[in-house]
Amino acid sequence: MWFRSICRSVLLGVPIGITFLDTVGYVARVEGISMQPVLNPDSKDTDYVFLSRWAVRDYELRRGDVISLVSPKDPHQKIIKRIVGLQGDVVYTLGYKSQYVKVPEGHCWVEGDHTGHTLDSNTFGPVSLGLVNAKAAYIVWPPNRWQKLEGKLPENRKPIGPAVGINLLEK
Amino acid sequence: MAFMKFIGKTCGFMGYIIQTACITHCTFEYVGDFVMCSGPSMEPTLQTNNVLFTEHISPRFQRLRRGDIVIFKSPSNPRQNICKRITAMSGDRVRGNFPRRNQVVPRGHVWLEGDNASNSADSRVYGPVPVGLIRSRVVCRVWPFDKIALLSSSC
Repeated sequence: MWFRSICRSVLLGVPIGITFLDTVGYVARVEGISMQPVLNPDSKDTDYVFLSRWAVRDYELRRGDVISLVSPKDPHQKIIKRIVGLQGDVVYTLGYKSQYVKVPEGHCWVEGDHTGHTLDSNTFGPVSLGLVNAKAAYIVWPPNRWQKLEGKLPENRKPIGPAVGINLLEK
Repeated sequence: MAFMKFIGKTCGFMGYIIQTACITHCTFEYVGDFVMCSGPSMEPTLQTNNVLFTEHISPRFQRLRRGDIVIFKSPSNPRQNICKRITAMSGDRVRGNFPRRNQVVPRGHVWLEGDNASNSADSRVYGPVPVGLIRSRVVCRVWPFDKIALLSSSC
């Protein structure tokens, strides 16, 4: 009898857990140095971040947000980057095939903070918003690094171009 | 006492609803769901208002092949889903439209085209599509009843 009741709770509990992880968010480990100095400032210990799925439910993203997305080059891999430009922005690129890029409709321009040590839009171009998986909201581990991730964009990486007038970061 | 009973019953009922919603979410997200398609781009294979059964298992395990009909998020509008056929996988050579005539599909991308080539906005317009945007693979048509058919690879 107890065996049946355990089976029953597992069968009902697993879908509830998966739905919670899918809609609210989950915690993931950050690998690599591409987001230094914000994430993984010391290469010895890795950070764990809370990825909020709720924040991206209708793809309302802002410049400066740290997001996780499915790599356009390898669908098995998830990468974590910062949004530099949204659709309509003109972005000054760092080593892409053209010097200036206008981000097409439904796309965004993502970059790692550690310029030169990151595989980002400067390599694969603008990415479709449909690939965005979640927004990184907090660093949760190690405990002394517990903090909210600010949506700040480095001054020299602000997009130039039509959308600059509406500065969404000030909102 | 009757009030307490009422509270207990309401809680039980709410729990039941949440359970059902979660199981439905998992089934539709990880196993398969039903999609109604509209638009002329996949004629004559699919007509407007056909209802399709799609499965989410093979895109998750990267078991897609040339000729599969897939549902994917539009590259220019993530809220919209589109149905097209995979005509080339990464590494294949394809014929594009005017700006870049011939190109090789890059790694992690697929080339999607509608069956109705003259009336279809597909990879010939917006280029190769990342595999990460593919949501599900169409298995069969379930509506209308007289046209129930398996829609497997034929390319």
